[in-house]
Amino acid sequence: MWEYSDKVREHFFNPRNSGPLEEANGIGDVGSIQCGDALRLMLKVEPETEIIQDAHFQTFGCGSAIASSSALTEMIKGMTLDEALKVSNQDIADFLDGLPPEKMHCSVMGREALQAAIANYRGEEWSDDHEEGALICKCFAIDAVMIEDVVKANDLNTVEEVTFYTKAGGGCAACHEGIEEILAKVKAERPGMGETSPPAVCPATPEAPKPPAKKLSIVEKIKKIEEVLESVRPMLQRDHGDVELADVQGKKIYVHLKGACSGCMMEAATLGGIQQKMIETLGELVQVLPSSHMPVEA
Amino acid sequence: MEPIYLDNNATTRCDPAVVEAMLPFFTQHFGNASSIHAFGSEVGKALKKARSQVQALLGAEHDSEIIFTSCGTESDSTAILSALKAQPDRNTVITTNVEHPAILTLCEWLEKEGYIVHKLKVDRKGRIDMDEYKSLLNDRVAVVSAMWANNETGTIFPVVEMAELASAKGIMFHTDAVQAVGKIPIDLKNTKIDMLSLSGHKLHAPKGIGVLYLRRGCRFRPLLRGGHQERGRRAGTENSASIVGLGMACELALKKMEIENTEVKRLRDKLEQGILSQITHCFPTGDVSNRLPNTSNIAFEYIEGEAILLLLNKLGIAASSGSACTSGSLEPSHVMRAMGIPYTAAHGTIRFSLSVYNTEAEVDRVIEAVPPIVAQLRKLSPYWKDDAPAANPEAAFAPTYA
Repeated sequence: MWEYSDKVREHFFNPRNSGPLEEANGIGDVGSIQCGDALRLMLKVEPETEIIQDAHFQTFGCGSAIASSSALTEMIKGMTLDEALKVSNQDIADFLDGLPPEKMHCSVMGREALQAAIANYRGEEWSDDHEEGALICKCFAIDAVMIEDVVKANDLNTVEEVTFYTKAGGGCAACHEGIEEILAKVKAERPGMGETSPPAVCPATPEAPKPPAKKLSIVEKIKKIEEVLESVRPMLQRDHGDVELADVQGKKIYVHLKGACSGCMMEAATLGGIQQKMIETLGELVQVLPSSHMPVEA
Repeated sequence: MEPIYLDNNATTRCDPAVVEAMLPFFTQHFGNASSIHAFGSEVGKALKKARSQVQALLGAEHDSEIIFTSCGTESDSTAILSALKAQPDRNTVITTNVEHPAILTLCEWLEKEGYIVHKLKVDRKGRIDMDEYKSLLNDRVAVVSAMWANNETGTIFPVVEMAELASAKGIMFHTDAVQAVGKIPIDLKNTKIDMLSLSGHKLHAPKGIGVLYLRRGCRFRPLLRGGHQERGRRAGTENSASIVGLGMACELALKKMEIENTEVKRLRDKLEQGILSQITHCFPTGDVSNRLPNTSNIAFEYIEGEAILLLLNKLGIAASSGSACTSGSLEPSHVMRAMGIPYTAAHGTIRFSLSVYNTEAEVDRVIEAVPPIVAQLRKLSPYWKDDAPAANPEAAFAPTYA
C-alpha cells in the first residue's frame, strides 16, 4: 500500500466540501475514466470582487485524488480568482504534506480543474495541453512524455545523458530498460539518423565537451549564457514556464525560473539540464542556481 | 476489533503446524543436505519427505519430478526458458492475455528478443476460445503456458484438455498453477501437463519457496547452473526449512481439500450474495460457475477500488483491487480489460479471497461493512446522483480530456 501522509489520510477519510454546489457559477470537469480519476470542481464566485466564496468537488478516484480535491477546495476558498490561479500542483501536494511520486498526477488534476473552472466562470474555453505518459522513473517521478521531449530537444543518446538532463534513471536503475526503449524509439524517428548514416556524423556527446581555444571575456561568456537560455526557453514555455538570467558570479550562474517553472517539482531537473548545456557551451564547469540562492547583499 | 484477512490470493498466513515443522531446521538441523556427516543426512531425509508430500498433493508419478525453486516466478521463467532453449528449432510461445505478470512480462521480453508470442484472448467471462487455441498449435510452437486458475477472478482454464491438444501435436505444456494448487484437486500423472509452477506462500507455507514440476522425459535446461542440487536442475543450496514447511503445507492442503471445496465455497458464496443483494450496479466478474472455491471478484460501478480498499482497511478488512491506482499504473487490471469490463467498472473491482481460516462471523461483518462504503464513495462520484448513476453517466460527466 502507498505511504500516504496523515494529512492525505485525514482528507480522504473526512473529505471537506464534497458533493454538488447548487449556486456554482464556475465548473471545471477534468480527468479521464480510463486512468481512473476524474474530478468536477464547482466554484461560487462573487462577481464584484472575484472572490471564491465556496468551492465543492465530486471525484471519481483513489485516496489521494479525493484528498487532493478536498485540499484544493480548502485552499482556494476566500481567494480571488487571480490568487487561485497561482496555486500550483506542488502547493496542493505540500498542503497534504506530500504525495507519493506515482500520485503526483492527482495534484496536477486538481490544478487543472481549477484552471478549467475559472475559465468556465470567465466564459473562456480551457483546453488541456498536459500530456501525461506512463511513469518511467519512480524515484524522481519522470514520465515517458517528458523523457521523450527532452531526448528529442537535446539530441540525447545514452541513459547517462537522460539522467543528466532529467534525473530519470539516477536512482534505483530499474527504469534503465524503459529509458533505453525511448532512446531507441526516438533514434529510429530521427531524420537522417537511419542505419545508412555513418556513426561519425553523430554530434559530440556531452561527456566530451570541446573547450574553447581561449578564455572567454565576461561579455562573451554572458552572451553564450544568454544563447543557452534562449535555446531552452521554448521548451519551458511549452509547459507555461520561463527562465531568465539573474546574475553571474564567478562559476555560479543565477537564473529566475518563472511561471509554471517556479516552484515546479521538476525545478532541480530543469536546472540540471540547463547546467549541463552551460558546461558544454562554455567549456568550463559552472553551477546553475535559482536566483533565490543568490547571496544577500551586505 | 480483530482484523479480517480476505486477501488469500495475494498471500496466506503460515499454518502454525508449518512453522512448527520448520523451526528445528533453523537450529539443530541446520546442516547442508549435501554433506556426508549426520548434520547433513538428517536434512537430506527431511527434504525427501517434503518432496513426497508435494508429490502427493500434485498427484505426480515420481518424486524426482518435483524441483524446489525460490518462488512461482522462478518456476515460470525456468519452464518457459527451458522449453525454448531445449528446442532451438521452435520460436513460438502460446499463452493467454490474462496471465500473471510472471508470465506476461517474461513474454514481452521474449518478443523483444525475437521470439513470437501468441496471447489467447478471453471472452466477457474470461474464457478462452478453444478453436482459436487449436488453430495456433503448430510445429514452430515450443511451449504453451496457460494458468490453471486466474488470480484475480479465480476463473479456471481447461488446462487438462489444453495439454492433451498440445501433446497430440508434440508441443510442451506448462501451467502456472500458483492459485490452483491446494484449492482444487490436481492429479498430474493422469494428464499430459509437462510442467507446473506452484508457490508455497499461496497455500500457507512461507514466502521464498516454490516448485517446478517437470514430467519425467520432458526435455529440460536449467536456469541456474552450479552445484548438483535438485539433480543439477536447480543449483543452489536447498532452502531446507522452507522446503520442510512447504511439504507440511501440502500435506495439510490435501487433508483440507474437502473443506476448501465445501465450507470455504459456502462462505464465499454467502459473502458474494450478501453484497450483491444489497448494492445496485455491481456484478461478479469472471466465469462464476467455473472458478476457485475461495475467490469472488466484484466490480462496483462508478467508484474507484483503492478508495474502497482504504475504507475497508480502516475497518480492519483486507482485500485487493484491480484498479490502476493500487498498482501505480495508468490502466486498470489487464484481466478486467481483457474481459471487456468497462472502465467505469474495471477501476472499482474488489477481490475477496478466502481461506480455511475465515469464519462465518467474519463474512457477516464484511457483508455489513461494504454497502455503506460503496454509498459513501458514490456520493462523492461525479458519475452518481442520489441513489442511481447520473442519467446517462458518461454524458453527464464528460471531462475536458480523455
